[in-house]
Amino acid sequence: MEAYRIPIGYWIESFINFFSDNFAFITKAFSEITERGLDWSVDAMMFFPVWVLILTFTAIAFLLSRKRGVTVFTFIGLLLIWNMGLWSATVSTLALVLVSTLFAIAIGIPLGILAALSRVAYRVIMPILDFMQTMPAFVYLIPAIPFFGLGPVAAIFSTVIFSMPPAIRLTCLGIKQVPKELVEAADAFGSTKGQKLMKLQLPIATPTIMAGVNQTTMLALSMVVIAAMIGAKGLGGEVWKAIQRLQPDKGFEAGIGIVIVAIILDRILQQFGVRKN
Amino acid sequence: MTDKIELRGIYKIFGPHPEVAMKMLQQGIGKDEIMEKTGHGVGVANVSFTVEEGEILVIMGLSGSGKSTLVRCLNRLIEPTAGQVIIDGVDVTALDHEALRVFRQKHLGMVFQNFALFPHRTVLDNVAYGLEIQKVPAKEQKDRAMQALEQVGLKGWEATYPVQLSGGMQQRVGLARALALDADIMLMDEAFSALDPLIRRDMQDELLSLQDRLQKTIVFISHDLDEALKLGNRIVLMKDGYVVQQGTAEEILTNPANDYVARFVADVDMSKVITAETVMVKPSALAYMKTDGPKAALHKMKAASISSIFVRHEGKVVGMVTADDASAALKRGEKSLEACMRRDFPRVAPDTPAIEMFQVLAEISYPVAVVDEGGRLKGVVIKGSLLAGLAETAQAGEAS
Repeated sequence: MEAYRIPIGYWIESFINFFSDNFAFITKAFSEITERGLDWSVDAMMFFPVWVLILTFTAIAFLLSRKRGVTVFTFIGLLLIWNMGLWSATVSTLALVLVSTLFAIAIGIPLGILAALSRVAYRVIMPILDFMQTMPAFVYLIPAIPFFGLGPVAAIFSTVIFSMPPAIRLTCLGIKQVPKELVEAADAFGSTKGQKLMKLQLPIATPTIMAGVNQTTMLALSMVVIAAMIGAKGLGGEVWKAIQRLQPDKGFEAGIGIVIVAIILDRILQQFGVRKN
Repeated sequence: MTDKIELRGIYKIFGPHPEVAMKMLQQGIGKDEIMEKTGHGVGVANVSFTVEEGEILVIMGLSGSGKSTLVRCLNRLIEPTAGQVIIDGVDVTALDHEALRVFRQKHLGMVFQNFALFPHRTVLDNVAYGLEIQKVPAKEQKDRAMQALEQVGLKGWEATYPVQLSGGMQQRVGLARALALDADIMLMDEAFSALDPLIRRDMQDELLSLQDRLQKTIVFISHDLDEALKLGNRIVLMKDGYVVQQGTAEEILTNPANDYVARFVADVDMSKVITAETVMVKPSALAYMKTDGPKAALHKMKAASISSIFVRHEGKVVGMVTADDASAALKRGEKSLEACMRRDFPRVAPDTPAIEMFQVLAEISYPVAVVDEGGRLKGVVIKGSLLAGLAETAQAGEAS
């Protein structure tokens, strides 16, 4: 059987090589810029005293969620992270998650809209999403390196790929779920496609789209941790270090830090989606 | 009256290869068989009719009869497979996408069964939607939307959201949204069917009084015959995608085209829709004021075995003489009918419903004259003819 091995791996590698040979200078340049931006935003955040940032985050949590529980949890959780000495790791993780999520949403929501409005686009995009979601996340790390080099940008790239599907899927779903009669009404009154989208479909789909944004953020967080393997720093980097040195104490502390960040992000985004409704 | 809307041979077939089903349809093969053999659904088949300017045309049929599909073919929310829709001389079916969009904005308001209000917009913003997408200036948008809301009696509710309103009020918003456009045609798809009966009646009355003022051309879809009779100047009855009968309420009720129509109308309370004109009979004898005296009148009554007779003068009915009065006059030796004739005889207009005539007939023992606007005698209604008329139409209804 193996005598006639189909060279799938070879094809994919050639494909990646072709792109990295011919286009890597673009992606590397992009990588440089993004990395500078990332460093700058981390530096900017680290410039402030920790307690100022903790209070700022707590205030943001309160403003977005308007819930006492979430606010209190944010405050205490961040204090604990500070106490464990993981503050700078947390800040760089947050920066990575933020940038990756923004990219994923900026690409994912338009694709979701496209998939909802065009049958052809739907048929093309959905199988690709299935592929993206079932492929083990680690695999994305490998091609990221030739394009972006080791470091945070390669991590962002694989994170964007990994975390984008829910944004696409739920945007598509949200728009498709707009009741048929409402779409008919918009058509009957002579709306253009753009008017229908902006005035009816997107506003009604917003809660669903926000659920997608929430999931994308959560996936981005989990991937940012995995991406520590290719040089993303942050909390994931701490866990990775602990694995290599067999230090369960450090590993669990960093793990708890990730859990705290996850809960804060989740609760804030969840409230955001519900409130829009 | 001019034709506002004309439908010419509209077909709608659902499925990937409508031409196959079209051919079978033209060979006279039924809807069910086409479904079974080709998997194509026949929504609307060969529908042609006209709607006059300013009238309410009701398209009536049970669910699955194709009436909702048909109304969507009018504004091409559903693209007809074949046929033409002509509105104001414009072939709507030939318009390109952009022209169609503008045409809808200008001419076609629509009201939906489940209201189809936008939940994220206030009542005012819902009503203004049609104007907003036409980029009407904000001030004018608001004024016209407010005016439409006033017309449907919802002034003061403009800042609320649809979920805060009852069903009846929501549909008033739906109505206002269509009115605000100032389109000359209103398509109303089962607009009142989702409302409970009392509210529905109110809305029907409201629509009629709005129509008195606005004189829109309205195509109203309904599955409720009572509603169709109340609103419709004319009714188009559909079954399995075909038009089975069209005409005024009266024509459909008294002369059902086939068993299906007859069954449909069987449930209607006949006494509400049967009018004097339907049940009147020709008077078996008439007296003439100029030539007949009491003696001649008595003779005519005896010959026709009736106990009273109407008196005609110059083409108009002027009075009624009973046998008792005539013989009394004869004994007194009078020569003219003028002295013994009753001028305050009971009379009804040709379109008086039968139910009102029951009351009139209950109080008197002689016939009621059916008199038109010109004072001419169209016929007479006697108890017997009224009951016979009702029985006949009821029988026709149950004949299947």
